[in-house]
Amino acid sequence: MSAVIDHGHTDHAHGPAKGLMRWVLTTNHKDIGTMYLWFSFAMFLLGGSMAMVIRAELFQPGLQIVQPEFFNQMTTMHGLIMVFGAVMPAFVGLANWMIPLMIGAPDMALPRMNNFSFWLLPAAFGMLVSTLFSEGGGPNFGWTFYAPLSTTYAPESVTFFIFAVHLMGISSIMGAINVVATILNLRAPGMTLMKMPLFVWTWLITAFLLIAVMPVLAGCVTMMLMDIHFGTSFFSAAGGGDPVLFQHVFWFFGHPEVYIMILPAFGAVSSIIPAFARKPLFGYTSMVYATASIAFLSFIVWAHHMFTVGIPLTGELFFMYATMLIAVPTGVKVFNWVSTMWQGSMTFEAPMLFAVAFVILFTIGGFSGLMLAIAPADFQYHDTYFVVAHFHYVLVPGAIFGIFASAYYWLPKWTGHMYDETLAKLHFWMSFIGMNLAFFPMHFVGLAGMPRRIPDYNLQFADFNMVSSVGAFTFGATQFLFLFIVIKCIRGGKPAPAKPWDGAEGLEWTVPSPAPYHTFSTPPDVK
Amino acid sequence: MSPGATEVSRSVFDLHMTIFWICVVIGVVVFGVMFWSMLIHRRASGQQPAHFHESTTVEILWTIVPLVILVVMAIPATKTLIDIYDTSESELDIQITGYQWKWHYKYLGQDVEFFSNLATPSAQIHNKTAKDEHYLLEVDQPLVIPVGTKVRFLVTAADVIHSWWVPALAVKKDAIPGFVNESWTRIDTPGIYRGQCTELCGKDHGFMPVVVEVKSKEDFSKWLAERKQAALAEKELTSKVWTLDELVARGEKAYQTNCASCHQPTGEGLPPMFPPLKGSKIATGPAAGHIGIVVNGKAGTAMAAFGKQLSEVDIAAIITYERNAWGNKVGDMVTPKDIVAFKKAQE
Repeated sequence: MSAVIDHGHTDHAHGPAKGLMRWVLTTNHKDIGTMYLWFSFAMFLLGGSMAMVIRAELFQPGLQIVQPEFFNQMTTMHGLIMVFGAVMPAFVGLANWMIPLMIGAPDMALPRMNNFSFWLLPAAFGMLVSTLFSEGGGPNFGWTFYAPLSTTYAPESVTFFIFAVHLMGISSIMGAINVVATILNLRAPGMTLMKMPLFVWTWLITAFLLIAVMPVLAGCVTMMLMDIHFGTSFFSAAGGGDPVLFQHVFWFFGHPEVYIMILPAFGAVSSIIPAFARKPLFGYTSMVYATASIAFLSFIVWAHHMFTVGIPLTGELFFMYATMLIAVPTGVKVFNWVSTMWQGSMTFEAPMLFAVAFVILFTIGGFSGLMLAIAPADFQYHDTYFVVAHFHYVLVPGAIFGIFASAYYWLPKWTGHMYDETLAKLHFWMSFIGMNLAFFPMHFVGLAGMPRRIPDYNLQFADFNMVSSVGAFTFGATQFLFLFIVIKCIRGGKPAPAKPWDGAEGLEWTVPSPAPYHTFSTPPDVK
Repeated sequence: MSPGATEVSRSVFDLHMTIFWICVVIGVVVFGVMFWSMLIHRRASGQQPAHFHESTTVEILWTIVPLVILVVMAIPATKTLIDIYDTSESELDIQITGYQWKWHYKYLGQDVEFFSNLATPSAQIHNKTAKDEHYLLEVDQPLVIPVGTKVRFLVTAADVIHSWWVPALAVKKDAIPGFVNESWTRIDTPGIYRGQCTELCGKDHGFMPVVVEVKSKEDFSKWLAERKQAALAEKELTSKVWTLDELVARGEKAYQTNCASCHQPTGEGLPPMFPPLKGSKIATGPAAGHIGIVVNGKAGTAMAAFGKQLSEVDIAAIITYERNAWGNKVGDMVTPKDIVAFKKAQE
């Protein structure tokens, strides 16, 4: 770094390159963060439009709009795109933008790798989405792609799906290594681990989860590849293999994966609630330990996704008890957030609205999670719409509201302008109403006996499904408002001061808004 | 959710309601505090922020209390689970096999077995006629079991993973190819109980319902005797002398039940996953090749080996139909005896 400056190329350090190549070749954490965020929003709209197809078909009983083959492709692609294309890259984008600013680092530790891990994603998703246009159609076996439906009985495009998953995995692992290296090596002097903002903490733990489980997913799809093309029988009982092995391997990845999608949101909300309650976060230390406990427990509960596959009684009991235990650290977090709000001096700007909705609705998702943990009751809930309601409650108002809260909270820092508060509040209320209308009735149809992943259903489920669809359309349409608010904020608006939120804490608010292209070239002093 | 029709389903229902109310109470307390705070502790009402940020006592308390609640919930759950896993001392054993997209029931030791297919007409699914009350939950032949009898289910699958679920019995067990899972039920009251496949198993996953008809013990014995009689009569059909028209007529029916969901009623299939039969080389070529693929299936594809699923009569009828329908004009006839001979030659 200093060698470059010493050579006297003074204009080198000033600003970004001009034109398209700025984005292709950039190694700047802010540029890469921006690209991640835009990419994830594009995927959010694409995955969302598939959800609209699903809800349109389920609007009424009978087959109206799509055939079952295409319906299955929609549910599969919706899940894959939302998980790997929308939620995960959004958090990586936030990490890229905010972690260096929060710990007083000039950039991510491995900037070139950072560029590569981003650019793998458009390649991976371009390939994945293109399979929809191939003969035989795209992946149609659910985002959990259970063998042998995804091997012997899969469409030919499954090979492209496997390759795409490999690319996403490589991208995630590199992103995670980068986060770990940055946090462990580039903190400003005085920024001890226990002084880091919780967003940094939760991301550090998330990154370790990613490094641990993405290779497991890679192994899983590689075994599929071998079964499909090279005559092995990892997942085929006829050749001495085991279809249940697939599920064990998949969920050993899959359960930590769901925490990968929620822990960074925990972190962001833990910054936002104190800022708008104007009161320090309650129980910082216990927050860190709770996050670590959740991460640990996430490795020993995977078979609760498999209560009905016929695991032995003792196994069933172990996974039931371990799963129930997760309620304890999760409860600690919720209690801490509520205590942070208690006796604060609260205002409810858009980030706070999303953060408070996050706490309430995520807790509802947590309750249904606790119910699902009870193995005998799970026999009635498993693979019904009750499960769909559960994970959408933890993912939409959990992960996605966490992302919206973060976006509104840091938009002034990113763009140098305040966003339109009235429109943002409208965005919040429309999302809040739409989302609850879409997902709450799913609890009822699930308990009444409607299985998930079906394109048509008995008449008894008709009314609630219609309500769900109306809610989903509302939620979906509202997201264009978010796009409008963000573009409006980028193009202009009230100039944002360095610290637009009077209760906010952290190094990111010590640099001007918009954050200059290079920040913390000299590390700040942290007391 | 309803309490269902068995002791197990009632205790599962009680568990469900217990956890539900515990969650409601916790929710009321936590959200109550939160909403109170949101109403009172706002800057707009002139509130000055307090500065506390930890309290070891409180934090220990809200770790211990949930733990205790969890233990209280785990005890009845464990009891119910142990009960569900006790499949011993069954009085009747039934093997349930999931196929794409139908169920096969075999009464072990009774020489009675049959497939259970969706009976909802496709006109209802495609909105051409009004849907009836049991839309998508109606089958041609339900599973019949006696009341008040411990019935053990041995659940497996022939192709992909399925899951056999009847909510009123609180029985949901995955049907996994190559594995046999056990489950059981004892139903108190006669009646008809309905459920569905609950594991994504391909395109017609939503169209393979489960229907269980519970009869009194006497009616069940009568039914079982009738089925055995019918099975014998079916076997005699193999040696009957068939005409082309008879076979085509029987074949058309059997085709609609067993083949049409993939190859379509028009014989045009859904290429490339499900190839057309109309004008296909196999369906218009030598009969031996046609018999071979229907009896043995095709490895690595969704085409199942129907030799093990259907009677010789039905296979012969279906093949004959396929060779003489949708403009296929081979004009020949494959008889049940041909199928028997083909199977023998294979052995």
